[in-house]
Amino acid sequence: MIEVRNLVKEFDGKMVLDHIDATFQKGVVNIIIGKSGSGKTVLLKCLVGLTPPTSGRILYEGRDLTLMRSGEVRRLRREIGMLFQGAALFDSRTVLENVLFPLDMFSRKNRRERRKRAEFCLERVDMLHAANLLPSEISGGMKKRAAIARAIVLNPKYLFCDEPNSGLDPKTSQLIDELISDITIDFDITTIVVSHDMNSVINIGDHVIFLNEGIKEWEGSKSQVMDADNEKLNDFVFASDLFRKIKEAEEIISEEEKE
Amino acid sequence: MSIISSLESVGEYALLMKRVLTLPDRISQFLKEFLKGVYTLGVNSIWIVVIISFFIGAVIVLQIALNIDSPMLPRFTVGVVSREIILLEFSSTIMCLILSGKVGSNIASEIGTMRITEQVDALEIMGVNSANYLILPKISAFVAFMPVLVIFSMFMGLVGGYIICMVLGTPSVETYVYGIQAFFTESFVWYSILKSMLFGFIIASVAAFFGYTARGGALEVGEASTRSVVTNSILILATDLVFTQLAMG
Repeated sequence: MIEVRNLVKEFDGKMVLDHIDATFQKGVVNIIIGKSGSGKTVLLKCLVGLTPPTSGRILYEGRDLTLMRSGEVRRLRREIGMLFQGAALFDSRTVLENVLFPLDMFSRKNRRERRKRAEFCLERVDMLHAANLLPSEISGGMKKRAAIARAIVLNPKYLFCDEPNSGLDPKTSQLIDELISDITIDFDITTIVVSHDMNSVINIGDHVIFLNEGIKEWEGSKSQVMDADNEKLNDFVFASDLFRKIKEAEEIISEEEKE
Repeated sequence: MSIISSLESVGEYALLMKRVLTLPDRISQFLKEFLKGVYTLGVNSIWIVVIISFFIGAVIVLQIALNIDSPMLPRFTVGVVSREIILLEFSSTIMCLILSGKVGSNIASEIGTMRITEQVDALEIMGVNSANYLILPKISAFVAFMPVLVIFSMFMGLVGGYIICMVLGTPSVETYVYGIQAFFTESFVWYSILKSMLFGFIIASVAAFFGYTARGGALEVGEASTRSVVTNSILILATDLVFTQLAMG
């Protein structure tokens, strides 16, 4: 479980995150949504310690990230897996070498066991067939899957995903969403996904947080998103023609049922 | 660039070096990257060093032969002066100025690209000291290989002079060979090697600093690469002045 308490982040006096409080539970997919520039990625970067917050606390099972020394932060990060927006695979290494990298750096297993573990993770994301290809030789969706394999190879307790569906077609997006959801349940980890894709929210969002201009506007489950009584959230959700029509259809059905 | 931002950069460079100059997380990974660095930064630079040194060596001998054509000076002076120029300044300082373009821009653009594509962040998230992992092997590899490049440069510079004497015949090959052996001071070779190793550290660390602190996109990586070459050139010349005074003065 990760808890965020009164988190503030300012850049040159401009408030980007305004006193955020949130709790991210274990074993569920937590999704942070909001339009571009709402502070989602900054919040994610604060959570993993890539951007230091101006004030506030970030607690990993009670351990405060903001008070940790650099060595402690590095040790905590070995419990973290992260899927970056652009996958961030190492260009000069093959897919298998990318997945092996965290094991080579931190695992005490021998070479054969490390390779077996890396191949298991690649198999889990259906990427074993592309193990010997370079990142430049595979598609965007395959890169994301390989990055997920790299993120889970050390059995992390926490998984962070920054816009996992950006630049992907709807079918591949759905596959990535399902993969994130399955991994969260299988490994019983705390997963936090930053997205502006409402399809992801409907597919996998067990717990949803809506950010608007750095302020936490709304929090709830995916089933409550469509019926939420929040104007800003409704503006965001129903900006999509598809979701507007679903809402209208639901209203018509509900009126017909009343009649 | 204002004085304050320059001082800030010096401070950032010092803090980065503090993170770089620590024990690697895994020695085996360090050695792997070190060997890769020796190949990409060192071995791949041999050809440019050989070609440039050969031609510049030939031109130095040609210029000196033309400009000190005096009955007051023995002809072997051409060999002596050419040797001193090649050993003391060309093979270390001028060669490092050239290498700051090739190696410096290579390091700055590689690390800069890793920075803007979030590969550096990915290393940090894994709990790796990214500065140490990415920069230390490059600095060590380049500094360790520098003596090889300098010796190649010295040899090819003198060979270039030899060939020009063979082609033009003035001074004769025998006179030139006598000249490059006359009044030889061995310590000049060590001085040159030591100086080039210092320059090697400057080139690799400054280029890595500009790459590591790059922000934005491809344009900024290009700018970082250019700034690293310009800064390295100035630093090499300034250090050369100080080092020469300290070592030879």
